[in-house]
Parts: sequence; C-alpha cells; structure tokens
Amino acid sequence: MSSTKTLSAPRYRWPGGVRTGLWFVLVALICLPFADLEVSSLDPWTDLGRLLQGFISPSLMDSTLVVEALLATLAFAFAGVALAVVCGFLLSLAFHNTFVRATCALMRSIHELFWALIFLQFFGLHPLTGLLAIAVPYAGVFARMYAEILDQAPKQPTDALPAGSGFLSALLFTRLPQAWPHLVSYTSYRLECGIRSSAILGFVGLPTLGYYLESSFSQGYYPEVAALMILFYLLIATKKFWLRRWTLPLFLLGAPFFMGSGMPIIWGNVGRFFSQDIIPAPLRSDDATLHSLGEWAGTIFIDQALPGIWNTLLLSQIALVVTGLCALLLFPLISRHCFGPAGRFPGHILLVVARSTPEYLLAYILLQLLGPSMLPAVIALAIHNGALIGYLTGRNSNEIQLRADAPGRRVDRYFYELLPRSYPAFLSFMLYRWEVIMRETAILGILGIQTIGFYVDSAIQEIRFDVALLLILIAAMMNILVDLLSRRIQQRF
Amino acid sequence: MSALAIQSDSLGYSGQQVLGPVSLDIQAGEHLILLGKSGCGKSTLLNHIYTTNRSECALIPQGLGLVESLSVFHNVYMGRLSRYSVFHNIRNLVLPAAARVAEILPLLERLGLSDKCFAAVAELSGGQQQRVAVARALFQNASVLLADEPVSALDGPEADRVMSLLGQHFSTAVITLHDVDRALRYGQRIIAIQNGELVLDERADRLTVSALNEFY
Repeated sequence: MSSTKTLSAPRYRWPGGVRTGLWFVLVALICLPFADLEVSSLDPWTDLGRLLQGFISPSLMDSTLVVEALLATLAFAFAGVALAVVCGFLLSLAFHNTFVRATCALMRSIHELFWALIFLQFFGLHPLTGLLAIAVPYAGVFARMYAEILDQAPKQPTDALPAGSGFLSALLFTRLPQAWPHLVSYTSYRLECGIRSSAILGFVGLPTLGYYLESSFSQGYYPEVAALMILFYLLIATKKFWLRRWTLPLFLLGAPFFMGSGMPIIWGNVGRFFSQDIIPAPLRSDDATLHSLGEWAGTIFIDQALPGIWNTLLLSQIALVVTGLCALLLFPLISRHCFGPAGRFPGHILLVVARSTPEYLLAYILLQLLGPSMLPAVIALAIHNGALIGYLTGRNSNEIQLRADAPGRRVDRYFYELLPRSYPAFLSFMLYRWEVIMRETAILGILGIQTIGFYVDSAIQEIRFDVALLLILIAAMMNILVDLLSRRIQQRF
Repeated sequence: MSALAIQSDSLGYSGQQVLGPVSLDIQAGEHLILLGKSGCGKSTLLNHIYTTNRSECALIPQGLGLVESLSVFHNVYMGRLSRYSVFHNIRNLVLPAAARVAEILPLLERLGLSDKCFAAVAELSGGQQQRVAVARALFQNASVLLADEPVSALDGPEADRVMSLLGQHFSTAVITLHDVDRALRYGQRIIAIQNGELVLDERADRLTVSALNEFY
C-alpha cells in the first residue's frame, strides 16, 4: 500500500451514534471480568428439558385457582393503572413545577416490587399494597409522559383562544383533544406493562399469577408452570379482543371485587412504620448524636450500598449491551425488507412471547436452571428487553421506503440500508431503556444476585426497615442519575 | 443492435392506469430523453424498464434513495455491493478499504464532492445529495443508465457538467428531463409523453425547442 495515497486520502471517522454505541460496548467489556457469569447448577439441561417437556404437555391441577389468579392479575393491573392515570394526569398539569417533577422522578425511579416491599411492611398482604405498588410508580411515569405529550400538541389553537378562556377550558378544548390519540395509545401500552407488573407482584405474596408460578415452580410442577405461562401469553396476545372501549368500564368496576380480601390492615403498624421503623436506628435511642448517625450511614454504605451499587452497575451495563446486540439480531426477523409475510410470522411470535415475559420471571426461572450468578440475569434482561427493542426497531424499519435498486442480497441490505437507517431510532430506544434495565437489575437482587435489591431484601428480612429504605433511596438515585445521563447523550444527536 | 426492448401492457399502480401500452426499442449507444409534464407517466415507464432489466441498468431514482446516516463514500460504494463478497462489504462498512477509496475519490472529484468523501449524506445540500446519487450510478459501471430527473436540483453549469459526465460514461441511457433545451442538447432521441400515451418519438436533430414546447 502506498503511503502517499493513505496520507492524502481523507480519514474516515465513525458517525457519532456508532461511537456512542462502541463506548457502551467498551464499558461492558471492561465490566465482564469482574462479573460472576458462572453456571453453577450441576445439570441445567435436565431441568430445562423437563421445563420444555412441560410446555409440550401443560396441565393444570386446579383450574378455579388459576382463573382466580388471572382475574386477580387483571384486577390489580386495571385498578393500579387507572389510579395512576388519574393521579399522573393531575401531576402532569403541574409538571412545570420543580418539586412535582422531582417527586415524580422519585416515584418512578423506585421499582414496583420495592414499593410493594415498602407497603407490605405496614399494610401487610392487603389489596391496597398491590394497588399502590403499581399506582405510585406508574403515576410518576404517566405524569412525565403525559406532560411531554401535552407539550407536543400544536400551540396555535391555544394561542388563538380569546383572552380569559381559563386554564381548564383551554385544556379541554385545545391541548387535550389534540393529544388524545397519543395519550390513549401510551396508556394502552402501559396497561400491558401493568399486567406484567401485577403478575410479578405475586412473587412477594399477592394473589396474582406470580404467586402460583413460584409455588408450582418450587415444587417442580413444570406442566403447571407451562400452563400458567401459556395462559399468561394468551391473555396478553388477545388483549385487543377483550379490551374494547365498552369492556373497559366493566373491567374497572369489576377490578375491586377480584383483588382478594387479604389480611386486615393493622393501623398501629402503619403508625409504627413511620414513627419508628424507618427512623435510622441511632436516632431512635435517647443519646443520639450526629456522630453515631454518621457511623451508622457509613457502615451501611461501605458494607451494603457500595457492593450493591457496584454489582448493579456491572450487571446493568453488560445486560444493556447484550440487549442491544439481541435487538439488532432480532429486528430483521419482523422487517418487511428481509422476509415476506409468511417468513415474518415466526419472528413475530418469538418477539411477542419474549417481550411479554417479564424479566423478573425469566430471571427467576433461569436462576433455578443455571444456578445463582449474573448469567441468568443477563440472559433474562437481554431476552425481554432485546425482544422489545427489536420489535420497536423492526416496526420502525418497516416505515423505510427502499429505492428500486436497493441491494439484493439480504446481508448487504441489512448492513447498508436497514442498519444505518434504523440505528438512530435503535439508539434512542436503547438510551430510554437504560434506566429501565438499571431499575430491573437492582430488583433482581431479591432473587439472590448481589445487586442492591439483595441488600434491600436482606435488610427487610432482618426487620431493619431504616436500612432497607436508605438502600432503596440509593437505588432510586442511581436510576435518576442514569436517566439524566441518557437524556444528556440523547441531546447530542 | 437493440439494447433494450420494452413491451408492456398498460402500466399503473393500485388499479389506476398511468401509461397506455408501450412498445419501445432502445438501441445500444442511444441516449434517449423522456419528456413530459410531471405526473404524465415518465417515472412509471422508467421504473418499468428498470424492473424488467435490472441486471444491466444503473438507476438514479427521483427520490435519490440515499442512506442519509452513511457517508458519501459508503453511498457511492453501494453501487457495487453485488460485486463484492458480503465479508468485504461489511469490512468496508466498518473501515473503508484504501483501494475502494482510491477508486471513488476521482469520481467525487469530477462531481465537485472530493472534500465530502466521509461526510454524512444528511449534512449535504440537496444539489450535493443529487450528485452523490449520480456518483453511485457512475460507480456501478452498468452499461445502461436509467435516470429520473438527475439534475433537477443543480444550477445551469453544474447540471450541464453532470449531464455530459453521464453522457460520456454510459453508452446507453434513458433519462427523464423537463428542460426542453437540455433535452435537445444531450439526447439523440426524444420521446414525449402526454396523457399516458407516447405522442412523439423522434431523433433530436430533427426537433426544435419550439416544436417541443407544445408538450408542456
């Protein structure tokens, strides 16, 4: 190669988006040696085989129980999301206020399972626990998204209103009708997430699907596990048939009757929780000093928060990159530029199933099969989130109009047309998802992986709610920071 | 010798006829210009010729069909994707091969784009983007050019430079234009389309600007 030529030729620099992606890959590669990715179970294949066999011959022991579980799952989802819609909408109207915005950020940065663990301490296994565990974080999410959607509605109609039209009238006549379709479609998407969240709440003892899944799984009733999961997929896949404008009021009115009665609330517990349990231990004694408080916080920080934060960061950065790779591999499966309608069908099924399975549930199953390490968590996060982003990217790629002389070979078409055209959208989906993955990573600690959720769970089991709350707040701060960072990166494009 | 023989029943899309039955022989070495008002069926005919003769033709579609997030170099290189192995294509996407850059730079130079080689197409002006699509067609090295308004976004001298470059490079070409004067200068044979019919098919040296203006 002549050196003069390479000197005179301009140098190629990867586009900014590609460089951003590669930074993430590099960080994940650096994390890799520190992460425990071992398969520690002796024989994962036998159990996996038994689970798959269960899917071939699913069976139910007690079908009335399952119907109750499915109804309870729907009931908590509908009631929780409905409450969140009302509160979130009201909050969105005041979203310009810094305090409201910060409160909403805190509400949504705490995972619904953490909320459930908090409410469990004072409401006990009461329906309110499940209802609020969904409603509180979802209200924070709705507030932000509704505010953004309302903000994007064209301004001219509002400006054209006569002076003195009033805030409410202006909202009802201009911004709300314009934003309505977007509000409805986002809420409908969130309802699906709510059904998943509701199912997962069963893992902490509420009478939803997760409760029955966990008990069947721990007893090794794989045919029942399979049956429950198949029913869950069917429930989500058929959503558009049973969820109509006219069935919605039915579900909302019926929801309170299917949430179970649970245990009665002991109000003394509620009072004690706020007046004693969550007060940092050193402050509860009579000779409380700032020094003892500092010592208490320092010990927790070094012994529990730091290792928790470290493992959460490791796991979420690795999972994020594996998620991205999965999504890039999966999206062509549902792209009309790669396969015909018949060829896309299996891809659609695969992506629907993978993205309908909550990552917590996947991680639970994989942990049983592979043994405790970060590996099952990475796989679970990558399957669920990769399928979701793959679906969004694939749908996005179907909007592309290729020219008549587009590359004929599928691989060429993928790398030279679909990938570069879809990449900006893909990257923005990923950046949005970063915070979600971080939040999920923290929560997977409850299953025994030593992320921050592990230390929260241990503190709760030791009945040290002050410690648990401090750790939950630390996890929330991490999520808020990642959210800010991802938005900073977004703005650079 | 006939380079392309076009025989077609009426053409159109979604059940709406745009162009009546067409029978057309294009000789090798012939530069044919399609004239007509917008919406008369020029692009439909051109796309029909392309889909029935894909292997010999280089296409410059009206929408250009550039991948805006890729660099000028990559968009031009796409003209030869089918000639290289998938492996080479991927390698060249990640890290442009010096040999390919050396092939493409002179082309860009002739089109006034040499300083834009590794700029993203999204950053270019409309005229520059059109020249990238021209460069892609030139790089493809096909024997026949099919171009749909290839100089619509370029100013006079620039447009002439690109037209003569295309004329030298392709022995056979079918080009749609709306500029009658330019059609007479660069075409050897002119076809005019009106109301979905071929209404004129004549050698350019037998035509005048005023005779052609009636088709507008």
